[in-house]
This record gives sequence, C-alpha cells and structure tokens, in this order.
Amino acid sequence: MNKIRCALIGSGNIGTDLIYKIQRSAVLEPVWMVGIDPESEGLSRARSMGLKTTAEGVDGLLPYVKADNIQIAFDATSAYVHAENSRKLNELGVMMIDLTPAAIGPLCVPPVNLAEHADKVEMNVNMISCAGQATIPIVFAVTRVQSVAYGEIVASLSSKSIGPGTRANLDEFTYTTSNAIKMVGKARTGKALAIINPAEPPMLMRNTIYCLTDEEPDQARITESILKMITEVQKYVPGYRLVNGPIFDGNKVSVFMEVAGLGDYLPRYAGNLDIMTAAATRTAEMFAEEILAGNIQLKSVEVAL
Amino acid sequence: MSQELAGSKIIIHDMTLRDGMHAKREQMSIEQMVTIATALDEAGVPYLQVTHGAGLGGNSLQHGFALHSNEEYLSAVVPKLKQAKVSVLLIPGLGTMKELQSAYDCGARSVHVATHSTEADTSPQHIAFARKLGMDTSGFLMMSHLNTPEGLAKQGKLMESYGAQTVYITDSAGYMLPADVKARVSALRATLKPETEIGFHGHHNMAMGISNSLAAIEEGATRIDASVAGLGAGAGNTPLEVFVAVCERMGIVTGCDLFRLMDLAEDYIVPLMEHMVRVDRASLTLGYAGVYSTFLLHAKRASERFGIPTRDILIELGRKKMIGGQEDMIVDTTMTMAKERGLLKDVTL
Repeated sequence: MNKIRCALIGSGNIGTDLIYKIQRSAVLEPVWMVGIDPESEGLSRARSMGLKTTAEGVDGLLPYVKADNIQIAFDATSAYVHAENSRKLNELGVMMIDLTPAAIGPLCVPPVNLAEHADKVEMNVNMISCAGQATIPIVFAVTRVQSVAYGEIVASLSSKSIGPGTRANLDEFTYTTSNAIKMVGKARTGKALAIINPAEPPMLMRNTIYCLTDEEPDQARITESILKMITEVQKYVPGYRLVNGPIFDGNKVSVFMEVAGLGDYLPRYAGNLDIMTAAATRTAEMFAEEILAGNIQLKSVEVAL
Repeated sequence: MSQELAGSKIIIHDMTLRDGMHAKREQMSIEQMVTIATALDEAGVPYLQVTHGAGLGGNSLQHGFALHSNEEYLSAVVPKLKQAKVSVLLIPGLGTMKELQSAYDCGARSVHVATHSTEADTSPQHIAFARKLGMDTSGFLMMSHLNTPEGLAKQGKLMESYGAQTVYITDSAGYMLPADVKARVSALRATLKPETEIGFHGHHNMAMGISNSLAAIEEGATRIDASVAGLGAGAGNTPLEVFVAVCERMGIVTGCDLFRLMDLAEDYIVPLMEHMVRVDRASLTLGYAGVYSTFLLHAKRASERFGIPTRDILIELGRKKMIGGQEDMIVDTTMTMAKERGLLKDVTL
C-alpha cells in the first residue's frame, strides 16, 4: 500500500519520538528530518533510522520537497519560527501539523474535532499543547452533556520531560491551552495551569480537569460520557488512565487523570510528550487516509505577508 | 554573634496581605486589606505584598476564588499608602506577563517571581518583563529545602542572569533548621554578584521563623519576609512584630515601629483569624515532613470529606514529593488512600 511521505522539523525529543510513531503507521512514512545543528544527536539518530537529514533548517529541505514527494510536515520547533516554516512549506503544497504553541491554524484534538478538519482540507492544523491533548477530551466529554461556564485544567509534568523551549516560554503554553479549552473543549471560559515537578524517580504526567456546569451536573450521564471518551483516547494513547473521579461538589466536576507514555524514544513518565506525538500522528494519518483514497487534494497556498 | 549584626540594615517585606490570604481561605475584604495596609504603612514597613495567596492568576478552582480580583485589591490599597511600596507574587505556569502588566497598571512596583527551587529556568520571561517595567524584582526559590546549597546557588545565578535584583531562599514547608538556612544563604552569597541582595522567606511550622531569619542575616541576607501575628499558610510566616522586637534588641535596624505592629497584631489581625495560626499537629506535620504550607487547609477539608486523618494525608504528600501548586493532588491522593482503606470505590461503565 502507498504511504504518504513526511518530513519532521525539529530534531529534539518530540521529533525523534515522532520517527518511531510514524514508522509504525500503515499510511505514513518518515523521509526527512530537519535540524539546525549538524552535531545533534537527533539528526544522527534519524540517519541511523534511515531518514535523510539536513542541518540547514527548513531551507535545507525545500529543494527536495517535490522530488521526494513530501506531502505532510510535522513542526516540533518553536512558536517563533513556525509561521515562517509553515509559509514556505504550504507554498509547495505540503500540509503542516504544528506541534508548537504558535496556533496559526485551527486547533485539533483528535477524538473531539478531527473529522471537521478533514472535511475542510486544512493546510495547517495545530496540536495545542501536551496539556491540551490530555485534558480537552475530558472538558468536551462534560460540555457534550451540558453547558460549562468555566473549565480549568492543571497539568503536572516531570521536570525531565520539559525542554528548554517550553521552559523559556511558559506563558505561550498557558495562553494557547487556555484558549483551546474554550475553542475546542467548548467551555465558555478556560484557564490552564502548569506545574513542573522535579521528583526522582520522575512522576508520570498527571492532569486534573475541573468544570463548572451551569445547571446541576447530571452525574450519571457525565460519568458515562467521560468513561467513553477515555476509551477513545486510549485508542492512540494506551497509557491514558482515570485515577480518581469524577467527583461532584455542587456544580463543580473534578476528574483526575494520568498519562503514561509508550516509551518509544521518551521514557514512560513523559506521557506529556507521548500524547502530543501520538495525537499528531493520528491527525496526520486521518489526512493521509483521505489523500490516499482520493477524497482530498493538497494545494499549494500563497500566504500574503 | 549579635554584636557583629548590630547596626546592619534589613528590609522587611510584609506578607500579611498575600500569604495571609491563604489562612483566610482568600476571603479578605477590601476594607480589611486597606486597614491592615495603612497600619503597616504608618508603622514604617517599606514593602507589603498584596494578592491572592497564590499570586497573580491565583483565582481558580485549584487555589480558590478570592472575594475580589487582584486588580481590585491593588487599586484600593496603593493610593492609601504614604511610603510603603506594594509588591505582588507571580508564579510562572499560573500567572502570566499580562497579569503582571495589569498589576503594574494598578500601582504594584515590586514582584516576587517564584519557581520551585530547581526550576528557575521557567522564569526568564517574567523576570525580564518585570525589570522592563522598572519593578523591584526578586527571584523566589520555593521549597528551598528540596535543593542543595550548591544547586540553589546555580538556580539563583540563573535568576540573577535574567535580571533579578534579589534572590530568595524560600522555606515554603517550614522544614529548615538554622544550619540548613546558613548553608544555603552562604552558598548564594558566594556565587551572586555583590550588588544582588539575598532574601529569606520563612514559615513557622517548626517554630524556626525567627531563628532562621537571623541565621540568614548572619550569612548576608538583607531582606526578610514576615507577616503580622504570623498570618500565613501552615503555622504562618515569621511573625513580623516578634522579629522586629528581636532586631531591636540586637541592634539590627528595620525602620519599623514595634509598638504599632504589636497593636496591629493584637487588636486587629488575631481577631480576624478563622483558626489560630500556630504550630499544632497538622502544621507541625508540614514542617516535619517537608510539605508545602498551603496544603494545610486543603488537606483538612479532604480529611473531613473522605475520612482519612490529616496527618496521614500530609505525610503521604511529602512521600510523593508533591510541590507548591499541586493542590489538586491533595484530593486525588486522599481518594486513592480512601480506596486502599476500603472507604471508596472506583467508578465503572
């Protein structure tokens, strides 16, 4: 069966973990890895796994896009360079899966709104943040039962799993995730909190989701909706697990979750990174299936600057 | 020892209207804030912190909703002060630069930018932004007992490199003993530039607030956080009026009026306490086990709801190395303990 050929931009933890996930896919094939440091461990690992590499950034990839028939690119760099990467690749008809907090394209949480994006043939979709991927399915599981005035999520992340980019730009993470609780989770207002915990051995990613419902919560229906949503997420993140709850205090619904990673490249405690790469891969697979079936055609996009 | 400290000048930073908010479950009225702030101002306290207990962005289901927004509190307090500067707390991951700008617009001119004691590199944006606004900017290394003196010196150096003018050793759990404080402050003093100040923020869970503050001063700290009658999380902060009295006896200059502070403590602060802020079984457990002081009231509520003793919950949170900001893990941990003890069942489809 044909596979859609992919480029990975950013040779850090996320980019490297993506190689493993994409290599397992029935419809995706990792072909290029783009970095900026010729000495980086990520680029040498990519070469040893059979990928072509460049240390010249996205400009080093552009001359090969047509010849190598690259149709989907994953950007795991930073919010600051993503817009330029996306512009250059969209011009050549390459679709972008954005794993930075740039969020210039529509926000995507696979079990919530992936199908909508396929219908529209988006050329750039954003994966929000690890906390967004881990918590917004639960917020949506409540809002699909009854309206939620306010959704709040708390993500606890092990110190070892948080790279320098996220650390130096924590506000972007906060803003992007808070916005997605509204836009995708469908709570009227949203707030995201992040805590970085240095405990050894590293703790698994933990997420707490709070929702304030407008009316008294329908406990049975909300509980059922949450448990069903968890099984949806578990299809691509097997380590996504309910630890406690839901519990109800007045109109407050609280759910306590844990995410263990698959341990592909990143250790199991880094469930936060794993849920990003797994969600991005699942998103790309859905587009790839549509492309292979002839249902959608990617077009080059001229972006006015 | 006291002779060599005689004549040294210490900047007192009051925490009654920020850490004290924790002890009041964030339910302090504007009138109470203004009354306390003006009394502190008249008593010559040079800095006082005013926000939700968890700082900017603190209003949340995780940390509780205060009676008013931070902007409302700041706007009410700042115009009433003659000499004191108002500061705010900002914990990156909870508060953002937008909120810092907003606090500045309401008159805040000093900030504690707080991270866990090993995670200083989550603060560069916020420290740089505070300096750009022209604020008196401190880096605040919470739960300092969980890092070594050498480790803290590195973290402090990072904060200094981002622009922090003061770096704090913060004993959030009230765990440290004077020797622990001395080792940490002296490691910072040996590493930071001479013009960078060192601060100490204590909690009184092991009744070490005063002793630890003095230990910090002996090693070169020049800023001390304290709150009137100790109003603060856990067994409270270093009690401000007691500390000022000790300083006077030792010849340390604080510029604060002791009798006014004693009166404020006795006549106003103590009567508005909802529970006696003191060393008791639960708050001593915090200090003994090294648990974040703010967890106290959350753990007591979880204890009542799920039938697990508060001390058991706090000890377990310490064992799991939970840190400031993880208040959600108190209910979670208590529920897990309740399941293990057969008091609670899992939900199923």
